[in-house]
This record gives sequence, structure tokens and C-alpha cells, in this order.
Amino acid sequence: MSSLFDQIRETLVSNDVVLYMKGDQKFPMCGFSNTVVRILETLNIPFHAVNVLKDMELREGIKTFANWPTIPQLYVKEEFIGGCDIVSEMYETGELQALFAEKGIGA
Amino acid sequence: MAMSQEKLKSFLIKAFPDALIEIQDLAGDNDHFAVTLTSAAFEGKNRIQQHQMVFEALEGHMGKALHALRVKTQLPRG
Repeated sequence: MSSLFDQIRETLVSNDVVLYMKGDQKFPMCGFSNTVVRILETLNIPFHAVNVLKDMELREGIKTFANWPTIPQLYVKEEFIGGCDIVSEMYETGELQALFAEKGIGA
Repeated sequence: MAMSQEKLKSFLIKAFPDALIEIQDLAGDNDHFAVTLTSAAFEGKNRIQQHQMVFEALEGHMGKALHALRVKTQLPRG
């Protein structure tokens, strides 16, 4: 499992915004993943999408890594931000926009 | 894969005896619920920690029997 976690950390270190999702940015394969993709696009936030459907070990490993049982999972500057519910809630309250501004990401 | 609303509620009541638990059935298929939990137990916890408390209450069913559960947590007002 540790090499998988190293792979995950490597991805998080080399990309400001990472979304572990089902499908990819053009073709999200699940409503929750689609919701987060739409929010990031609405905010003009470039992100690195990782399609967990292509790697079952990663699909389960990321849940252990974050102690979070579902996909999608959003990470900003190596920090786990949340899944669809939390990202949506933060978007509605403006906290997500503030987070990206604070981290110097996007617009 | 699904779970009845009653079973879902029983997990939450057991873990959050003081909470106000609101469950909305989104699709009538025992697989698409929206849960809002209002509890003092969330005091001092961030959203991720609050949601993780709910997942623990669901004893491993989240992401399995319950794959499309929407969760909202909040502290009691006032």
C-alpha cells in the first residue's frame, strides 16, 4: 500500500489542484464527480483529474489515504478539502473561492 | 445495494442520541438519501471531521450499501 501512497503523494505534490473522480473532466461518469468538475470549471480553476475507474487499487487506496469512503475527492496544495457535499457547500458559502484566492490559484 | 431509511436512521440515532436527524428520500430506491444532522457533538470539529463522524456512525456502509448519501452537518443554533 505504501508505494500507492507514495504515488498519491507524488501526484498531490506536483499538482496544485487534484480531483480523484469517476471518469475524466470531459466525461464525468458520476453525478457527484460531475458536480465538482462543474464547480471548478465555473471558478476557472485548472485541475488535474485522476480517473479512479481506471485503477481499482487506487480507487480503494485513495479512500484509505484520506480516511474518506467515497469518490470524488478534491485536494488543494496537498490538503484534502472534501467530497461533493463539502465542496458544494463551500462553493455556496464562498469559502471555496476564498480558499483558492488565499492559495493563489486560478483567476 | 441499498439500505432502508429506518436502518439508516437507527445507525444515526445510536451514534448521535442528542441530534436532530432529518432524512430526505431523494429517489425512493433506498439508495439516494439526503441527511441533515444537527448536533452539539460537532462542536470544535471541521466539516471533514464532522462528516467522518457520520461515516463512522454508519459502520462501514458508506460508499458501499450507501453509495449516494448526501450529508450535511451543523451545530445547534444559539
